[in-house]
Amino acid sequence: MKTPEEIFNILKEKFGDAIIELVSSQPVESFITVNPQEIDKVCRFLFDNDELSFDSLMNLSGVDDANGKKTTDQNGDNIIEGGTLSVYYHIESTKHRHKLVLKASAQRENPEIKSVESIWRHADWHEREAYDLVGIIFLNHPNLTRILMPYDWEAGHPLRKDYKNPEFYHGMKVPY
Amino acid sequence: MALKTEQMVLNMGPQHPSTHGVLRLEVELEGEIIQSVHPHIGYLHRCFEKHAEAMTYPQVIPYVDRLDYLASMNNEFGYVVAVEKLLGIQVPERVEYIRVIMSELQRIASHLVAIGTYGLDIGAFTPFLYCFRDREKILSLFEMTCGARLLYNYFWVGGLSHDLHPDFVRSAKDFVKYLRPNIKELNDLLTNNRIFTDRTANIGVLPLETAINYGITGPNLRASGFKWDLRKDDPYSIYNKFDFDIPTGQGTVGTVGDCWDRYYIRVLEMEQSLRIIEQALDQLPEGDVTSAIPKRIKPPAGQIYSRVENPKGELGYFIISDGSLNPFRVKVRGPSFVHLGVMNELCKGHMVADVIAILGSIDIVLGEVDR
Repeated sequence: MKTPEEIFNILKEKFGDAIIELVSSQPVESFITVNPQEIDKVCRFLFDNDELSFDSLMNLSGVDDANGKKTTDQNGDNIIEGGTLSVYYHIESTKHRHKLVLKASAQRENPEIKSVESIWRHADWHEREAYDLVGIIFLNHPNLTRILMPYDWEAGHPLRKDYKNPEFYHGMKVPY
Repeated sequence: MALKTEQMVLNMGPQHPSTHGVLRLEVELEGEIIQSVHPHIGYLHRCFEKHAEAMTYPQVIPYVDRLDYLASMNNEFGYVVAVEKLLGIQVPERVEYIRVIMSELQRIASHLVAIGTYGLDIGAFTPFLYCFRDREKILSLFEMTCGARLLYNYFWVGGLSHDLHPDFVRSAKDFVKYLRPNIKELNDLLTNNRIFTDRTANIGVLPLETAINYGITGPNLRASGFKWDLRKDDPYSIYNKFDFDIPTGQGTVGTVGDCWDRYYIRVLEMEQSLRIIEQALDQLPEGDVTSAIPKRIKPPAGQIYSRVENPKGELGYFIISDGSLNPFRVKVRGPSFVHLGVMNELCKGHMVADVIAILGSIDIVLGEVDR
């Protein structure tokens, strides 16, 4: 069993700049921020290393941080420019019984994060969901399509904080 | 001369009772052998997570009822535990006991539906009626407690909406006495039924390593032979006060982790839940169940991933608070959503008729898959 601090030191030594920082304060769960282009390598190491052996991905969540410049247009709709979209990885080891939270943030304009699907197959559907609802692009994902929304949904990604309800669906007015 | 063959694509669903809701399975067949299964979900999608962002913390509770609508009490349990951790509040002991009693009753109710409809999928009609008859008794206990039979809004952050009905303890004890022999009857009727075991033994075997890699939890993981139960392995509430066993799959009639094991784990778990209920009813302390409910629920900025053992597996809530009255982000990790992802792996190489046997054995609820 290792604490997040110990794991952070191991990762920092191995990956250097790809591991950005360890954020810890109450009541926040401490988490480690990782470079989104290196997340797959970091996760592979966490999975393979015998002392860590994070064999289980508990949860993967896409989040719109909404930390960019916020403006409102003439219709009263929110617009967010800049800032980041993030993915939180909650992983655990069923062998050593320790848990860890990783976070990878990508630019809102170009939200590309490496996929961890090849490490934990569990991530497959969660990454599709994060793509569908938040609009994060997972590089190297074998089948990155919409999962919960209709395959032909054109109005964007609903969990973005500046999402606007569409007036029309395929040319048909939506009555609400 | 060799016969010309080609792959056939078969659509199962979206409307078919054995899909347990609105689910479409796109099955690729070579003759009668399954090459691959692609589930198409989202027919019930209502974007619960977007709704939650517009609600205050207590207002989210009725929405979580509707995720896995066969286990509303457990869904509420997970949510209130997560928010209480964010707020850093302790709830009175009586509240903890009542929560445990309710969620174990709900676990039995959920397993009864799983078992009953599973028999129905395979062609056994009678056990379905027996299971639903028993489940009605549990729903009546819930109705007695909070007035609702399916969607309760009973667990509140910091407490409960009402105290128990004065007759509840006696009725619940009667129910425990009533159900025990019925489980035995169920075993005679279905568990050891030759037709049933022939349809389920050695079908859809889920090896342990695959199960963990796919994030399988709950009864399905235990059926693959891994002793892992969040009530013991990541204890929450007061589960460490009770004495109960965690059954695992033994491969009694087939291979460890086959459909029969997944079915039988649920039967065994019902007995363990009865044990917990009995102990909790005996130890139930007096107290006020509403005293710790905060007037204003405004957690400090922060984030939490909190999980509980739902009847179907690990139910996790990832909540980000920005210090306001509304949650900034609520992500639900529903076990049904995760379990459906392993369908392709389980079905490969089996016959078409086995798809229904496998789908029934992993026990999904589409309200939680689609959210």
